[in-house]
Amino acid sequence: MSSTPLLEVNKLSVFFHTRAGVTKAVDGVSFSLNQDETLAIVGESGSGKSMICHAIMGLLESPPANIESGSIYLNGEEILKCSKKRMRQLRGDSIAMIFQDPMTSLNPVLSIGEQLIEPLIYHSNPIKRLSRDKAQLRAIEILQEVGIQNPRERLNDFPHQFSGGMRQRVMIAMALIGEPKLLICDEPTTALDVTVQAQILELIKNLQKKLKIGVIFVSHDLGVVAGVSDHVLVLKNGHSVELDTTEKVFYETKDPYTQGLLAAIPSGPKKTSETELDERPLVEVSNLNVFFKNKSQAKEKIIRAVDGISLEINRGEIMGVVGESGSGKSTLGRSILRLLPIQSGEIIFSGVNLTALPPKELQEFRKKMQMIFQDPYASLNPRMTVYETLAEPLIFHRVTNKKNITSRVTSLMNEVGLPKNSMHKYPHEFSGGQRQRIAVGRAIGIKPEFIIADEPVSALDVTIQSQILDLIVGLVERYSITMLFISHDLSVVRSVTDRVAVMKSGKILEKEKTELLWRKPKNQYTQNLLRSIPIPDPRKERARLLSRTEQD
Amino acid sequence: METKSKSMSEKDYSEENSSLWKDAWTRLSNNKLALLGLVTLVFFCIIAFLAPWIAPYGYEEQNLILGASPPSYQHLLGTDIFGRDMLTRIIYGGRVSLLVGFIATSVALVIGVSWGAVAGYAGGKLDAFMMRLVDILYALPFMIFIILLMVVFGKNLLLLFFAIGAVEWLTMARIVRGQVMTLKKQEFIEAAHSMGLPKQIIIVRHIVPNAIGPIIVYATLTVPNVMLLEAFLSFLGLGIQPPESSWGLLINYGVETMEEYPWLLIFPGLALTITLFALNFLGDGLRDALDPKTSKD
Repeated sequence: MSSTPLLEVNKLSVFFHTRAGVTKAVDGVSFSLNQDETLAIVGESGSGKSMICHAIMGLLESPPANIESGSIYLNGEEILKCSKKRMRQLRGDSIAMIFQDPMTSLNPVLSIGEQLIEPLIYHSNPIKRLSRDKAQLRAIEILQEVGIQNPRERLNDFPHQFSGGMRQRVMIAMALIGEPKLLICDEPTTALDVTVQAQILELIKNLQKKLKIGVIFVSHDLGVVAGVSDHVLVLKNGHSVELDTTEKVFYETKDPYTQGLLAAIPSGPKKTSETELDERPLVEVSNLNVFFKNKSQAKEKIIRAVDGISLEINRGEIMGVVGESGSGKSTLGRSILRLLPIQSGEIIFSGVNLTALPPKELQEFRKKMQMIFQDPYASLNPRMTVYETLAEPLIFHRVTNKKNITSRVTSLMNEVGLPKNSMHKYPHEFSGGQRQRIAVGRAIGIKPEFIIADEPVSALDVTIQSQILDLIVGLVERYSITMLFISHDLSVVRSVTDRVAVMKSGKILEKEKTELLWRKPKNQYTQNLLRSIPIPDPRKERARLLSRTEQD
Repeated sequence: METKSKSMSEKDYSEENSSLWKDAWTRLSNNKLALLGLVTLVFFCIIAFLAPWIAPYGYEEQNLILGASPPSYQHLLGTDIFGRDMLTRIIYGGRVSLLVGFIATSVALVIGVSWGAVAGYAGGKLDAFMMRLVDILYALPFMIFIILLMVVFGKNLLLLFFAIGAVEWLTMARIVRGQVMTLKKQEFIEAAHSMGLPKQIIIVRHIVPNAIGPIIVYATLTVPNVMLLEAFLSFLGLGIQPPESSWGLLINYGVETMEEYPWLLIFPGLALTITLFALNFLGDGLRDALDPKTSKD
C-alpha cells in the first residue's frame, strides 16, 4: 500500500440552502481510496452519494449546494481550494466520471468519435493537446479496450446507432481516454439490462486492474457492489453509517441499517401453498400479436412487440413475466388490458372475449381488471389530491354510494398504509414509496379480479421495494386477486410469483413454475439471464466474475 | 340507462371537484401581488359599470370654446380637442375595452381549449382534419372575415366582440393541442384509461387542469391583443362609432396629437397599462395557484 492515498476525503459536509431551510445532503463524511482500489458508496436515494461524487468532480451546483466544511485531497493536492482553471485540468487529466443513463449522457448530434477526441484536442494543457489524427488513433485504441467491435468504422457512428450497453461502453471509453487516476461511476449499470449489467461490471473491474486506477462505484444495489468493490461505504441521510472492507460489511456488519439493507434484497422463493387448477383460467391469451410501425426510419419498419403469444393465468395465481427492456413485456400487459390496439389474437377474461367487446362494454369490464404502473411519479395526476385520486374510480364505477365514499377512502388509505391526515395532500408531497401506495390503493379500491403490475417496484429503493412488494402481495392474497407481475428484476419475480414466463423479442421462451425454472432452466437464454443476476455475496460474486473472465 | 348513469356520475364529480380550486383560492389569496391585480381589475370593472352615475360629465358633452386643455381642477385629466372631459371618456372607454377584453378572450378560450384538447386527444385523422381547418383559418385575412360578418349580421357591438374572439382562438387551439399531446402519453392518463373512465372525463379532469399554465399565460396575452384589435377595427369604422369611445381609440387619437397635447395619449395609455399589469399579476398568480407544487404558504 502506498503511503499517500490517491483520494482522501475528510469530514466533507455539503448543505443545501433553500427557502425552506438548510438540508444536510452530506454531513461529515470521511474516506480514503488507494491507487488500485475500488470503493463502493451505497445508500438509498437522497443519502448524498451523488453529492459526494459531484463534490469531488467540482461539479456541485452552487447555489443551492454549498460545501460547508471538510477537505478533499487528490494525490496530496487540496482540490476544494484550487482554482476553477486547475479544477478543469484535473477533470481532464486525473478524474473522470461515468453517468447513470447512457441514453442521455451522450450528445446525440455528434458522432462518438468526435465526442471521444474532444477532450484530447481541446485539452486545457497545451503540452498534452493532441492533433486530430493522433487523437483519433487513441480513440480507436480505447474503443478496442472497452470491447467495441470494428472501432475504426464505428468511430463515425452516432449515439443512436448503439445499444444501451454499447453506449455505456462508449461512455467508459470517454472517461478513460484522458488516462485518469480516479474513475467515478455513478450508478453505471442501473439503467441497463441484467445481462448487459454483468458485462459492464466485468469490464469496469478488468479495466481497473489493468490500468491500476482508483474507482469510486456508487450504487443502490448491494448485489452489484459485492462483486466489484474492495471497500464499502454505507450512507444514510448524508451520514456515513459504516466504512469497512466489503467482506466485513457483507458478513459481519453490526449496524442495524446495513443489516436492514442486506435483508431487504429479495432472495429465495415465495412461500405459498399450491394453487388448485381445477377451474378454467381467469385469463386466456391466445396467439396475440401486437405490432408497431416505426416511422422514424426512412423505411417503414414493423416492430413485432408481441409476436404470437399464448398465455393462461389461473384464478388466484401470481404469474410473472420477465424479460429485458424491449422484450415486449409491458406491451403484453397493456394489450391484455386492451389499452393498446392489437393486430390479431384473442384475450378471454373469465369466459368473455375482450377482443370482440364494443368499447362501451369494455369500460364496464375495466372494473374487474386494474393496473399498477412502474413510475409512481408519472402515474398519479399531479393536480389531484389523494382523496380525489382514490375516490375517482369508486365514484365512477359506483362501488360505494356517495355517502360512504369518504369512509371507504379512509379505510383504503389505512389498508395501503398511508397516514390519515394526508387525505388532502397532492402526490408531490409524498415520497416515491408512498406514491406507489396511493397507486396500489387506486387499483385495489374497486375490488378487481385481476391486476397487472408493470414493474411496480423498480423505481424504488431496496428497503421500500420490499415493503411495497409485501403490501401488494398481501392485498392480492387477502382479496384473492389474480395478478400478472411484470419485471426485469429476476430476484423480485422469484420472491413474488407462482409461475413465470420468460420473454424475449416478443416471444415467450419458457413458461414454468417459478421454483422449477430457477432450478432447471431449459432455455439457454433463461440460463444466461439467471446467471447474470448479481448476488449480494462478495465471495460467490467474485468467484463468478473470475470464472466468467476465464471462460472468455 | 346508460346516459342516466353518466349524468349522475358527472354531477358527483362536480361536487367533489372543488378541491384543486379551493386550494388554488387559498394560495391566490396569499399572493399579495395577484390580489392587488384582482382588486385593481374589479375596481376598474365597477367604475366602468357605474360610468353613467359617477362620470363627472357626459361622454359627448363638448366645450368647443375650452378646446384641448391640460389637467385642471375642473377636468382632472384634461380635455380633448373638442373640450370633452378625458376622465369621463376614459371611464366610458373602459366599458368597451374591458368588455371586449373579457368577452373576446373568453370566446377564444372556450373555442381554443376545446378544439385543441379534442384534436390533441383524438389524434390521427380527426386531429389532422381539425388542425388543417385551423391552418386554413390562419391563412384567411381576418379583416375580410370580420367585414363579412359585419355585412351579414349588421353592426353589432356584441357580435364584434365574438368575431374578435373567433379570430383569436387559433393560436390557443395550437398551444392546447401541443400540451394535450404530451400529456396524453403520461402514465396517469393511461391509468385513468385502465380505470375505465370515459374520454370526456379524462379530458376535463385529467388533461385540461394539467395544461392550465400555458393556457392562462396565453389568455393574459390575448386580452391586450383583442383590446388593440378592437381599436383598430373602430378606427376603420368597423367597431364602435364616435362619440362613443374605447381606450384603444383614445390612444389612437392621442398618438395623432401627441406633441401638442400629450395628456390625450398618456392617460388612456396609463389606464390600459395598469389593466394589463393587473392582468399579468393575476394571471401569474393564478398559474402558480393552480399548480399544487408551489408551496402552500
